[in-house]
Formats: sequence, structure tokens, C-alpha cells
Amino acid sequence: MQAKVNVRRFNPDEERPKSYTQQFDVEVEEHFTVLDTLIKVREEIDGSLALRCSCRAAICGSCAMRVNGHAVLACKARVSQHLSDDGQVTVEPAGNQPVIKDLVVDLEPFWDKLRAVEPYLQPAMPEPEAEYLAPNEVMLHLVDVMGCIMCGACVSDCTVLEVDPNFLGPAALAKAYRFVADTRDEEDTKRLGIYNAYGGIWDCTRCGECVQACPKGVAPMDRIMALREKAVESGTPPGSYEGAQYGYRHSVAFEEIITHKGRLEETQLVVKTLGMFNLPKLLGMAPMALSAMFRRKMPPPITRAAPGVGQVRRLANRIRWNRLSKVE
Amino acid sequence: MRYAFFPGCVSRGGAPELYQSTMAVADRIGIELEEIEGWSCTGAGALQESNPLLGDTLNARNFALAQRMGLPIMTICSTCQGVMAQARVRLEDDEYRAQINGLLAEEGLEYTGGIQVKHMLWIMVEDIGLDRIKSMAVRSLDGVFLAPFYGCYIVRPSAALEYDEFPQRKIALELVIEALGATPVDNDGKTRCCGFPILTINERNSLAMVAKHTAEAQDLGADAMVTPCPLCHLNLDGFQSKAARQVGRQINVPILHLPQLIGAALGLDGPTLGLNRHIVSSFDVALKMGLRV
Repeated sequence: MQAKVNVRRFNPDEERPKSYTQQFDVEVEEHFTVLDTLIKVREEIDGSLALRCSCRAAICGSCAMRVNGHAVLACKARVSQHLSDDGQVTVEPAGNQPVIKDLVVDLEPFWDKLRAVEPYLQPAMPEPEAEYLAPNEVMLHLVDVMGCIMCGACVSDCTVLEVDPNFLGPAALAKAYRFVADTRDEEDTKRLGIYNAYGGIWDCTRCGECVQACPKGVAPMDRIMALREKAVESGTPPGSYEGAQYGYRHSVAFEEIITHKGRLEETQLVVKTLGMFNLPKLLGMAPMALSAMFRRKMPPPITRAAPGVGQVRRLANRIRWNRLSKVE
Repeated sequence: MRYAFFPGCVSRGGAPELYQSTMAVADRIGIELEEIEGWSCTGAGALQESNPLLGDTLNARNFALAQRMGLPIMTICSTCQGVMAQARVRLEDDEYRAQINGLLAEEGLEYTGGIQVKHMLWIMVEDIGLDRIKSMAVRSLDGVFLAPFYGCYIVRPSAALEYDEFPQRKIALELVIEALGATPVDNDGKTRCCGFPILTINERNSLAMVAKHTAEAQDLGADAMVTPCPLCHLNLDGFQSKAARQVGRQINVPILHLPQLIGAALGLDGPTLGLNRHIVSSFDVALKMGLRV
């Protein structure tokens, strides 16, 4: 089968470095991965094509790149499944990371962010002679998150990093969760304090790109949500980043409104999140509110409870009660 | 064709034009919508972050109410669709469903599993059929350029949304736009995040996303963007001018709800579809589609 492979190229050594797309016509076998195809291009057509790879078995995490706009491990993606009707496939370097050459990106920012979450065990117990032991059953829930091979596919497709490079990103925050959820680690309060800062857990949009991109089922977004739950539940102070303060209030207010009214009260949610006396922020919302009012679509500040809200309240109470009884 | 209708909080709150256009279009096509009495919020992903068990319980309650009606559910919100789809997958686990049914039992409710939850977008493609919609269209949208914008929750995670079984879901918006005679404007942002979930948390980033996607659609020559998600609509429409100021450029792209587009082709007029209720004026695109505004 013939494949037209459109490769995004960039050579920093050119006089005026500029990225461009080059098309290669390659004869591929049905079993060829995108990586096999690129290696064939490099070996038979253009030896200057730069790419990273090692294990070729979805273990080392070296070959994350974008295929048809989404991050994959090139060694795990069968090329035939990505060909368009006219036999084309587009291969680009992983996103949200500076390109060194062709399909090779600079992973320094990735490692810097990983280091920033303190990705190592911080136990309070005296250092044992061998490793810090934990019963098997308390570690089982960490199997998926520990499966991260740090390929950076999630970072490539993160929608927040596209607009704000300061965001710690899904890989680092998933790693952060791995230590908060480890029963041997005793530094949850300190950790959650770090993760509450600007660029931390509250800046995630819950878009799910990282869950979709991850080749190992780490589900970074779900870990970030779990960190938010832990931060609020544990009473860790939100700290000085106002986004964390809004995030805490949004989280609490959302649940409060749903359990009281059965449905969302949008105006209440905004006021409760930003704070009733936060005039600068509330005034910032005023033009939108006035426009909505003018178009007869401004939700009323207080709405009537939805029909059936009694059931919603009782269910919420039952869950709360069950939780309390378990704690006791 | 009958469905247990789940309008979602936003169509009954900040985006009433979505509700009114849905009802008008359903009536015109002959879709019978029976609203689920006593439905509650799905949790919109936000409740799932603070209290996942309550989120699943409320969704199981909505499913149980729909099962009593003996009908599949129709949603009109990408976020509701995605949150329900994810809850549905978790509730296929017998043990977990039994735990939640234990909570529902005192309310005389039980969810037996296997509920069908379909967004109106998918219903158009899979149940009504593009040929039928095409045959019902009385206005040609020829020459109208529309940028699709899906909303994260109707795209990811694709397994919960059954993309393997229904591969056309990946391009459903483009299929509908084309069937109605308009031209889809392919854009990189179409499956990305509109920024709404962090609007009150990190407004700068949220508006940066609005600016990025609306500017892209405008630069590609779109007359409007079309979305099946009212939360995307709130952000892309309501905060477009603020986003444009933030990035220091002019952006002016009307944002249409999916049923407004369908209704326009089916011959409904602007006020019936609520086209006069957007923050960014839809006047020009409505005129181009041949509507009375």
C-alpha cells in the first residue's frame, strides 16, 4: 500500500530556520506503524529526518508525536488506520514543546515541571534499611497512574498549555497525585499547597484531551480532579493564588446549589465563586450580564427549586450520612 | 420518533434560545419530546470533581426516570451528553450500580442499566437521517460558511461516547452542515476547549481560548460558528468582545446553536429560533441564510 506522509520539518541550522511540510511517498505494509514508516523514510529517502525512538514497543515513551493533529506514540499507531481516503497522513512534532529539529522536541520544560511537583516519596517514618513497604492492597489503585511512561503525549495536546505555558500540565500533576495518594507519603498539606498555586490543579479546564491522548490509561485529568477533591476536603488552605480561591468556592458552591435546587443557578454560582463583595471581578462580568438582560436571557439571581428536588436532597443527605458513618 | 427529553440547566437558564429553537425544530421535524419530569443537573463535570458518588447517583436517578418512560434520552448539551455517557459506562458495572440502586431504592427508583443517551446532533445523523433533513430543508444555505465547534464532552473520551460503534459521530456536525447545503469551515479549534469551565477561575486563560477559536474561524472566512454545546455558546458568544480586547484585535463571529442552524434551513424565522438573543449579533448571517430577523 502506498502512503503519502506529510511530515512537518524544521532545521535550526538553516540560514533562516522556518518550519515547512514535506511529503514523502512510501510503500508501507499493513502492519507498519507510523514509526516504521518514518524510519523507512529516514533510511531510504531522506537520512536527514530527525526523530526520537528507542524501544519500538510502547514502553520507553520516546516517540510521542502528533499524527493527524493528535498525540500518539508513533510505535503504537498503525499507519493504515490513520490514512485518509486518498492515502495521506500528517505527522508533526508533539505540541506545546519547543521543536529542536523536525519531530524532536525539547523535553527540558517537561522535566522542569515534573521536578516542580517533587516527584519522590516524602515519608515521615524513620528510614528503613531496605525500601519503604506498603501493603499491596493500598497500592493497587495507583497501578494505572504509576504506568506513566512520561512520553509527554498528554502535554502535547493540553489545551491550557496552548494559551499558558506556565501550567504545570497533565503529566506532572498526575505524578503529583501519585504521591498524594500514596499512604507512605506524609507531605500532603505541603504538596497540595504547591499544587494550589498559579499553574496548578485549578487551571485545568477538564477538556479531556490528556485522557484521550495518554497511551497508558493514566487519565491525568481524573487525577487532577481527585487532587482538587483532596485539597477541598482536607481543608488545605487555598493559598494566595486567587484562581485557587475561586476554584475552592466554585467546587463547594456547585455542589451546594445542586443539592438545594436540583439544577444549576448560574447567577448564584458566579456570585458565590467570585465572592459577593468582590466588586472588581463582579463588575467585570457586568457588561455580559447587561447584554444578557437586554436580550431577556439573564438567569434570575434566585430560582425556584426544580420539581423532584426533595429526592435530590435526600439522596445527597444519604450519601453524606453514609460517609460520616464510615468515618466514625 | 419519541424521546425522553433532557433539556439541561443552561437551556433553561442562560441560553433560553437553545430551548426555544429545539422545541421549534423538533415540532417541524416531527420529533416527540417528553421532558423527563423532575430531572436534575448531571453535575456538568464540576460536581464529579467534588462528589463523584453524588454525581453518578443523580445521573442514575435521571436514567431511572427515563426508563420509567420507556424512552431513550435526548440531550441538547455536549456537556450533559458527555457527563451522562461517562456515568452510563461506570453504571454498567453491576456491583457499582447495585450500590447506587441501594441509595435510589428509598425513592422507589431503580436503574437497570443500558439506557440510550443521544445528543440531538447524533439523532439527526443516526435516527432522523441526513437525507430526510435534506428533503425537509426549504431554504438553501448555499454559500454560507460555517465553522463547527463541538465542545469537549461530546468528543472525549471517545470510548464512552461510542465513537468506534458510530464513527460518523466524529464528523457529525460537518455532515449536518453539509446536508443543509452550507459549507463546513474546517478549523483546528473545533474539538478543543472553549475555556468555559475556568471562566471564573482563570479568566485570562479562558478568554485566550475564546479569542483563539473565534479568531481562527473568522480568519478562515466563516460566517458563523455552530455548536451543539450551550456552555461553549455562553463563552464564545458572551465573552467574545472581551476576549478580542484582551488579544487586541477585532473579532466578530456569530455563534449559532445547532437547532438554530437546522431551523433556519427548515424555514423557521429568526425570532422563533431566538437568533435575536445572542450577544454577538447574528443579523448578517441570518440575512445570508435568507431569514426574516
